[in-house]
Amino acid sequence: MFKLFEPNKIFKITSKAPRYVLFLFIVVLIIGLVEALILSPEDYKQSDAVRIMYVHVPAAWISLGIFSSITFLSICGFVFRNKNFFLISKSLAPSGFVFNIVALVTGSIWGKPTWGTWWAWDARITSMLILALFYAMYLIVWRIYDNEEKVFKISTFITILGIINVPIIKYSVDWWNTLHQPASINILSKSSIHSSMLYPLFIMTAAFALFSLLIFLMKYNTELIKIKNKGLDRL
Amino acid sequence: MINELFLMNGYAVYVLSAFSFTLLSFLGLYLITKMQFVKEQNKFVAKFGTLTTEQAKSAKSQRINKEILANATIN
Repeated sequence: MFKLFEPNKIFKITSKAPRYVLFLFIVVLIIGLVEALILSPEDYKQSDAVRIMYVHVPAAWISLGIFSSITFLSICGFVFRNKNFFLISKSLAPSGFVFNIVALVTGSIWGKPTWGTWWAWDARITSMLILALFYAMYLIVWRIYDNEEKVFKISTFITILGIINVPIIKYSVDWWNTLHQPASINILSKSSIHSSMLYPLFIMTAAFALFSLLIFLMKYNTELIKIKNKGLDRL
Repeated sequence: MINELFLMNGYAVYVLSAFSFTLLSFLGLYLITKMQFVKEQNKFVAKFGTLTTEQAKSAKSQRINKEILANATIN
């Protein structure tokens, strides 16, 4: 089954896909920005400050999603001894890290008008900061070690340790008394957010997901060319 | 209307700085990733140019190498 995912076979698709993904990303982003900044209503309590939600929430969701995917892929790579899983994980990490930083910074900017402070050592914010540290460690390991086997082992270990933090981030607002508000969107029950705000939020999430796909494809292609460069040296 | 849009009830500085930071981060990451890609692609093309006819023929037998060369920005 894994033969279908061999780099030689999928490069033809991944090398052409970025230009279409970039076009789609720009279109969805423009629609999302118009919805988020102009068309969506202001909040009765937070007024226009609520618009920060349209960049903060999708960034946090996607950074959590990417870290979970990286962990799953790293474990698969280890179990099935398939290098391609590690290559995909490595290519996903930079966009996950940037989304994590965006979530932290925009959350801090949102905190000033709503809580009166840029930063608080609150459970949700601190656990998101810890996730950023795990992302940083994961990326550093790929940079400092040359021995692939060692990188695979250490990076998988980091992701397994880091994944423990993901449910802590999710449930921190329920388990502890925090400044951060509880989740407004629930998959299993009715969301407490109005559809006029929900649609722009989903459009911005789609735009952010397309951006992470774009970066992933570009990074994955770069990694494949790096491997081919080493192959030419051996000829 | 325009004033309302830009002032955002006094929250414009927070809202616009959050959106600007996000978009600038995206732009930065895109440019860095693009630069790394082009650098590796150029390196590949340069290395390919130094191969002997026999080596080039062997390297070209792999579809992925042909794809990289076809998509390269320099020749």
